Amino acid sequence: MRRIIAVLLENESGALSRVVGLFSQRAYNIESLTVSPTNDKTLSRMTITTDVVNHAELEQMMKQLHKLVDVLRVTELTQSAHVERELLLVKVRTVGSEAREEVKRTCDIYRGQIVDITQNLYTIQLTGVGSKLDAFVATISDASEIVEVVRSGVCGIARGDKALRG
Amino acid sequence: MEMLSGAEMVVRSLQDEGIEHIFGYPGGSVLDIYDAIFQSDKIEHYLVRHEQAAVHMADAYSRATGKVGCVLVTAGPGATNCITGIATAYMDSIPLVVLSGQVPTFWIGDDAFQETDMIGVSRPIVKHSFSCRTAEEIPMAIKKAFYIASTGRPGPVVIELPKDVQNPLNKFPYEYPENISLRSYNPTLSGHKGQIKRAVAALVNARKPVLYVGGGAIIANASKQVLELAEKLNLPVTNTLMGLGAFPGEHKQFIGMLGMHGTYEANNSMHNADLIFSCGARFDDRVTNNVDKFCPNAKIMHIDIDPTSISKNIHADLPIVGSVEVVLQQMLDLIEETQATNDSESINAWWDQINEWRAKDCLAYKTSDTHIKPQQVIQCLYKVTKGDAIVTSDVGQHQMVAAQYYPFKEPRQWINSGGAGTMGFGLPAAMGCKIAFPDRPVVCVTGDGSIQMNIQELSTCMQYNIPLVILLLNNRSLGMVKQWQKMFYGGRQSHSYMDSVPDFVKLSEAYNHIGIKVDKIEELEPALIRAFELKDRVVFIDVAIDPEEHVYPMQIKSGSMEDMYLSKTEKTDA
Ligand SMILES: Cc1ncc(C[n+]2csc(CCOP(=O)(O)OP(=O)(O)O)c2C)c(N)n1
Ligand SMILES: [Mg+2]
Repeated sequence: MRRIIAVLLENESGALSRVVGLFSQRAYNIESLTVSPTNDKTLSRMTITTDVVNHAELEQMMKQLHKLVDVLRVTELTQSAHVERELLLVKVRTVGSEAREEVKRTCDIYRGQIVDITQNLYTIQLTGVGSKLDAFVATISDASEIVEVVRSGVCGIARGDKALRG
Repeated sequence: MEMLSGAEMVVRSLQDEGIEHIFGYPGGSVLDIYDAIFQSDKIEHYLVRHEQAAVHMADAYSRATGKVGCVLVTAGPGATNCITGIATAYMDSIPLVVLSGQVPTFWIGDDAFQETDMIGVSRPIVKHSFSCRTAEEIPMAIKKAFYIASTGRPGPVVIELPKDVQNPLNKFPYEYPENISLRSYNPTLSGHKGQIKRAVAALVNARKPVLYVGGGAIIANASKQVLELAEKLNLPVTNTLMGLGAFPGEHKQFIGMLGMHGTYEANNSMHNADLIFSCGARFDDRVTNNVDKFCPNAKIMHIDIDPTSISKNIHADLPIVGSVEVVLQQMLDLIEETQATNDSESINAWWDQINEWRAKDCLAYKTSDTHIKPQQVIQCLYKVTKGDAIVTSDVGQHQMVAAQYYPFKEPRQWINSGGAGTMGFGLPAAMGCKIAFPDRPVVCVTGDGSIQMNIQELSTCMQYNIPLVILLLNNRSLGMVKQWQKMFYGGRQSHSYMDSVPDFVKLSEAYNHIGIKVDKIEELEPALIRAFELKDRVVFIDVAIDPEEHVYPMQIKSGSMEDMYLSKTEKTDA
């Protein structure tokens, strides 16, 4: 089961390594992890996507996270309405104007943006859920040669009134 | 405001925290702190012979007193020598503050002399850690460290102190924080009201209940509540290895330790119970045996201050997060208020069943004309000390025999490394206890393998005149390893012999202690009497015991709790 865990924690040195250490120490799986300070600079917000075998494992994982002294709040996002987004930057090589057109068209369809151009290289930016990014990468690789791919990992937030605050 | 250097702040903060004893070993990166200690008349420092022992001493000091143990060591090897000690304390939830030196901040990351990333190395085995990058941070870091170490589920906290931060030439205003609160850390103490109600209902309705009491009850000082609840409802009580003493070992409702080397009656009661009420015990694999076969008919009720311990190994039908002491008191108050009682008829029937299991007398053993049995040694120790000694132990057969044959009366009387099973714990642990309670008899029950893992501390005992009794159950082998090899490896004793054990009497004498060798059972009691009469000397009694003796009962691997070997020739029918 894929699950998204949002964590609010003290923005202190060592906090990230404690979270990462916890996952490896307890043999939990991390598919992606993003972290950054929030508008309150003393706090960091982390989004972890993980694959758990059952609810008990998820619950144990969340309790273990909460047990870390630096951690203020832990919540799971997929159990209710939420928004998740990932950023993709991909650099592709194109030769010939026809290929270039194809890249541009694909980009438009997916609502991506071309953020850098050299003679043979396009750098494209795209946000969305993971499956959309996967589909884009597959499509674009037909029209061009992929040189480099970087993905941010998932950021998530609950819809509606729910909020994770300090 | 008073102006102090970083080094002075460390010592003053410890003083202001009420620390009287500290265990440690100096080195380049903590010389400024040692200089400040030299000038303090409030803190007594004990110089060990190996840093691991300093941590075990502080750990046992804490186990015996309930206070936080404190350690001071230098960077690099001084710090890494503490790792086994810290892991030992972590596994048993013992509050410690370990202060370690570090290279100056401007060298961190440069592989400087004696630079080890102690924060990183210790991370998986600490409750939390701090690295002070300025002197002004020191008082708050120390305050937080003691608070975090001692509250909630206790555990070790490491503070790293780079050398430049301690600099005696730079003075800063000093004030020790009075109160502290951390927005990200608020342990729950009292139980949820609804859960308390449900717990009382489940408990009084149970027909075959068992109170399963662990180390958490000792840490929470909940023995009084455990006793009151057990007596009020006439409940059978079993203690884990870590819980021994939480309920009096000679009480008629005590059914013995449970688990791998638990009694026949305790393991059978668990297996056949309809309600298991865990008070500060964490369903460790050394207790449950095969979790898939664990107590098939029991409803599980579990109090624990650490939510992660609940439903980790065994699903709890009725979880209660909170301190064992507070939650049990809440339950007792509710029982009092509602005059709740259980059905004495079904409880009596349950006791009839338990007494049948008890009649098996699973701890009976055969004596021999030629060999001293380890069980006899512990029983004799009990007799001579009238059951009043603080007993520390190492790890192995001798540990299990001590746990089985010395019925502990009180909490904090049995000091052993249960979670980590650290050989070498016993001697420094006994020293820590004796320093905490100079007027109480303290004995270290040890093995010929274990004692050699921290034997150098005999020198520390000599320096500070820490008079304790070392009772060595000498089987000339790594007995517990040998037992497994005999039982499960076709008798192939791969490296479990101690081909050359030293002459422990001479060794003790070399450290100016008294050594006594006991080869015959008649010599044992006089030796023990003499040892406890000599109140100002370390007495090392080396008892030659039967090297072929095994520890029984012993649970059968992958079986349920009731599946046990009862002797070399007898086992329960599965
Ligand atoms: C530091 C450490 N190393 C290894 C072990 C594994 N181990 C458990 S019991 C044991 C044998 C202990 O021998 P001894 O101290 O003589 O006790 P006995 O079992 O003979 O009573 C060993 C090697 C351990 N628990 N701790
Ligand atoms: Mg031995």
